[in-house]
Amino acid sequence: MASAFAGEWGRIVATLIRRTGDWDLAEECAQDAFAEALRRWPGDGVPTRPGAWLTTVAKNRAIDRLRRDRRRAELLDEASALGPEVQEMDDDTEDNEIEDDRLRLMFTCCHPALALEARVALTLRTLAGLTTAEIAHAFLVPEPTMAKRLVRAKAKIAGAGIPYRVPPAHLLPERTGGVLAVLYLLFNEGYAASGGPDLIRARLCDEAIRLARALRALMPDEPEAAGLLALMLFHHARRRARSDAVGDLVTLEDQDRGLWDGEEIAEANRVLDGALRHGHAGPYQLQAAIVRCHTNAADAAETDWAQIASLYELLARVVPSPVVALNQAVAIAMSRGLDAGLEAIDELEASGRLDGYHLLHATRADLLRRAGRLPEAADAYREALALVGSDSERRFLTKRLGEVTSGTS
Amino acid sequence: MRYLMFVCVDETLVNPESVKDMPRDTIAWVEEMDGRGVRVQGNRLAELPTATTVRVRAGEVVLADGPFAETKEHIAGYDILECADLDEAIEVAGKHPVAKIGAIEVRPFAED
Repeated sequence: MASAFAGEWGRIVATLIRRTGDWDLAEECAQDAFAEALRRWPGDGVPTRPGAWLTTVAKNRAIDRLRRDRRRAELLDEASALGPEVQEMDDDTEDNEIEDDRLRLMFTCCHPALALEARVALTLRTLAGLTTAEIAHAFLVPEPTMAKRLVRAKAKIAGAGIPYRVPPAHLLPERTGGVLAVLYLLFNEGYAASGGPDLIRARLCDEAIRLARALRALMPDEPEAAGLLALMLFHHARRRARSDAVGDLVTLEDQDRGLWDGEEIAEANRVLDGALRHGHAGPYQLQAAIVRCHTNAADAAETDWAQIASLYELLARVVPSPVVALNQAVAIAMSRGLDAGLEAIDELEASGRLDGYHLLHATRADLLRRAGRLPEAADAYREALALVGSDSERRFLTKRLGEVTSGTS
Repeated sequence: MRYLMFVCVDETLVNPESVKDMPRDTIAWVEEMDGRGVRVQGNRLAELPTATTVRVRAGEVVLADGPFAETKEHIAGYDILECADLDEAIEVAGKHPVAKIGAIEVRPFAED
């Protein structure tokens, strides 16, 4: 039941932070409200507006605690009895304001003065409502380490004067990019885990999508928010086809398209079309458009590689990264011919910008394999294997190396 | 909020070309920030060889020639800022010309 209303968590915490300025109090009161719901809803039934019910309970709890703290302060120091009244919280639960709070909270959690890992942890704790233990598990660090990370991040927000707000116009483009990057990182953390059904990891993907959905609703004039949501949905739609029964990676080409989630793909298409209508195609929209070329093809042979190549060309202009250039080389190979693609890869290798990156060699190996240049392909697979880090990728490359050396490819 | 800005220079980035406009640009920065009322006070420090580090160990005053930390970045000056929040302090620090050839640490004063 609690998970059905997990989306309410961020709203409640965001509102209480604005009203009390106290992050810990906000989290504790949200927790109390969910606990209260668990006690009462099974007997009383779920209220008509569960979000408002939870918010009211959490707010009342906050008022109680603040009153109690004030009493304690008074007992300790009689003089303070003449101090200012604790600000009473009025009862307006105007939806707009609460939504604004959630946006404030997103920007504050993703403030660039916080370490990236702290931004990610804070986002999961305060916006998604994951427990410290869950976040620690997802990022493979001991729980006390994660707890310390969260405490430090909150202390910095309060102590360094990080404002609780949506940034003003001149900072907005840059800061929005920061929020999108944290959400995409969350998604990728969850998505990259290919081995086994790890529930916490899967939840990272779900939460990232939920937050991207919220961000898109909160920033309707920012097409990149929609672009990010579409990108996540296109990837997520393929999750069941990405690994086989023993957890090995299945390449896009070999995936069983029947396992793709058609509804999610349809939604991603709608979201992306809406974003592209703004006429400002940023990196997330472009990446989504590229993944769309794959997901909308009836089978691998139908893939519109020419379109993908020109999208990568646009992307390379906005994001001049060597990894983008490598993907562009693949699209060139698949649309204009393997030789043209291999030439692009040689250029990239000569630039030295991808030194030590196993996918440079794995990609060249794959193109050589397709060209039937098997001994050269085998060399390239060996170079890739010398650099690869993850087990599932190592198994995949080893399998391919076996194929090209035995000539069965 | 009140912030202290440590203005640090990275020796490896100092060359005649990179410091050519520093004096002029620093004066312009001071004038702008004084004008906005965000700069309370500040100063350049004398050259690094003039630094002396003082420690008391086992009741004895122990002196060392030079700064307390031997790094390629050293404190060349400081400014005290009065800003609305960290975003404003970051903006002010980011406009300081030395940020291009070093690093600027922005830290709030501890609250009483």
